Amino acid sequence: MTGAIRALGHAVIQMLYYLGQVAQLFVEVLRSLRVSDFRYKQLGRQLVAIGFGSQLVVIVTGAFTGAVFTAQVYFKFSELGLESAVGALVCVAMSRELAPVMTGLMVTGRVGAAMAAEIGTMKVTEQIDALRSMAVHPVDYLVTPRAIAILISMPLLIAESITFGMIASWTIAVTLFKIPGTFYWEHLQTYMALEDIGIGMIKGFVFGLLIVLVSCHQGLNARDGAVGVGEGTTSAVQISNLAILIFNFFLTFLLNMFWPLGAQY
Amino acid sequence: MNAQKKPSKPKQSKQSKPVPAAEAKPCSPGEPFIEVIDLHKMIGTQEIHRGVSISIYCGETLVLLGASGEGKSVFLKQLLGLMTPTSGTIKIAGQDISHLKEREMAPVRKKVGILFQNGALFDSLDVAENVAFPLREHGERDNALIRRRVQECLDAVGLGKHLHKMPDNLSGGMRKRVALARAMISNPQCLLYDEPTAGLDPIVSDSINKLIRAVQRDFHVTSIVVTHDMKSAYHIADRIAYLRHGQIYFIGTPDEFRQRAADGDMVIDDFIEGRSRENGVKPAGEDTPA
Ligand SMILES: Nc1ncnc2c1ncn2[C@@H]1O[C@H](COP(=O)(O)OP(=O)(O)OP(=O)(O)O)[C@@H](O)[C@H]1O
Ligand SMILES: [Mg+2]
Repeated sequence: MTGAIRALGHAVIQMLYYLGQVAQLFVEVLRSLRVSDFRYKQLGRQLVAIGFGSQLVVIVTGAFTGAVFTAQVYFKFSELGLESAVGALVCVAMSRELAPVMTGLMVTGRVGAAMAAEIGTMKVTEQIDALRSMAVHPVDYLVTPRAIAILISMPLLIAESITFGMIASWTIAVTLFKIPGTFYWEHLQTYMALEDIGIGMIKGFVFGLLIVLVSCHQGLNARDGAVGVGEGTTSAVQISNLAILIFNFFLTFLLNMFWPLGAQY
Repeated sequence: MNAQKKPSKPKQSKQSKPVPAAEAKPCSPGEPFIEVIDLHKMIGTQEIHRGVSISIYCGETLVLLGASGEGKSVFLKQLLGLMTPTSGTIKIAGQDISHLKEREMAPVRKKVGILFQNGALFDSLDVAENVAFPLREHGERDNALIRRRVQECLDAVGLGKHLHKMPDNLSGGMRKRVALARAMISNPQCLLYDEPTAGLDPIVSDSINKLIRAVQRDFHVTSIVVTHDMKSAYHIADRIAYLRHGQIYFIGTPDEFRQRAADGDMVIDDFIEGRSRENGVKPAGEDTPA
């Protein structure tokens, strides 16, 4: 019994310690923005890698999610005679939940893993020490440009994902299920608002922050050579994904307080 | 670098920061540039340094010897604050760095260049960008000047023709030399070399030794050179220090070092001659000085 409690206590302490470290990294990024010269070249490089490079996977994910969700909703709604409401439901769900979460998970796999692996390799090959020895703070050089880049990219990627999800949904609904386009559009305008997309983008901002902090933290703390880098990368993806799903739950409730679902703006 | 004000307004700092041109005023000879007092370092349960005290004077070249795994690299890293000592004091140019935070360490680090044992080149940058890195980071914006300095430094290490190779495509010895060029380019007041000639052929080794000598002579650079190569040790050292069991076992001029060996100090004699004890114990084994 005491053993179990002790183990639990240990786990909680570990967890708090970890959160503290990630928070510290966040503070360091903020400090870096204040005190160090901004590295535009690094930012550009990261914007290309994160924002531009993620488009294909985000578009494909968004489009297929929108399409398949439309199909499923249609199968059920058509039994109830609510076919024309399909569009509204799908698009609101895409904007508020599916696109942000799917994009978050995809970007974690693509970008978070790369960050953890790249920075982790630099750590175990003493390149981070080399940076420090030249009076360059690793956060200034490695983390801050990535953070800015992902904070810019994520909301845009999510908007993109929503857009393609909606296009796919419309295409499937109108061409395959023969829902009249005007009804689809009519319902969409009634039940969906720009704020729904805004919510998705706000979520993207938060998820981006989670991904960059968790992944860079894993990288900067990599140890024990190639194996350590591999483990760090795995943890980065795992922790980011879990954090995205958990934060998403709470964000949904929080954001719903400001912009309730289904309200007429 | 004179007067490192941390730029609160980035715009100012970005304008004309001069090249750290030979660091204007070198410290006056006879004063210690680096002062280490009773340094202890534990990593995990392993005691690496057990009370190292040593001063390195302005403009001198100290060669640090010691068996493999004695903690020479760890020692150099502590001098730059890359590793923190468990206890003890380290002063660089009169400033105690033991309690400095990462960002406060920057001015000190700009005075000191280090060549890492494995080079530690940035593998995402090519050779020229690697070498230019310290200049750019110290605020130099004049591309023509950077190019010229990069060319000079790479020529000095015999790699003037390999500007645009990636570090991964270099041989071990070439990597070492690029790292050496990178350490030297900003003309720091002090240079720490971790085995600058390991893995180089005898002729290139000799040219590197001459380069180290020249840098010291022309720019009055204070240097610590870790090496296993006795020939280069004698060639470049003003003083030799021998690290053993986590303490300074010997410190003195090369002549005193040889004399000590001739006087029957088996530890040093074995190290110079490269003799291992028959029972497999390394030269820095259990035996005490005769
Ligand atoms: N990051 C680290 N974590 C744990 N132990 C370390 C670390 N770095 C060094 N050590 C240990 O410290 C000791 C000294 O290592 P160091 O690299 O300083 O040796 P060295 O004198 O430079 O040897 P060599 O001549 O082979 O380069 C070794 O036992 C090593 O295992
Ligand atoms: Mg070493």
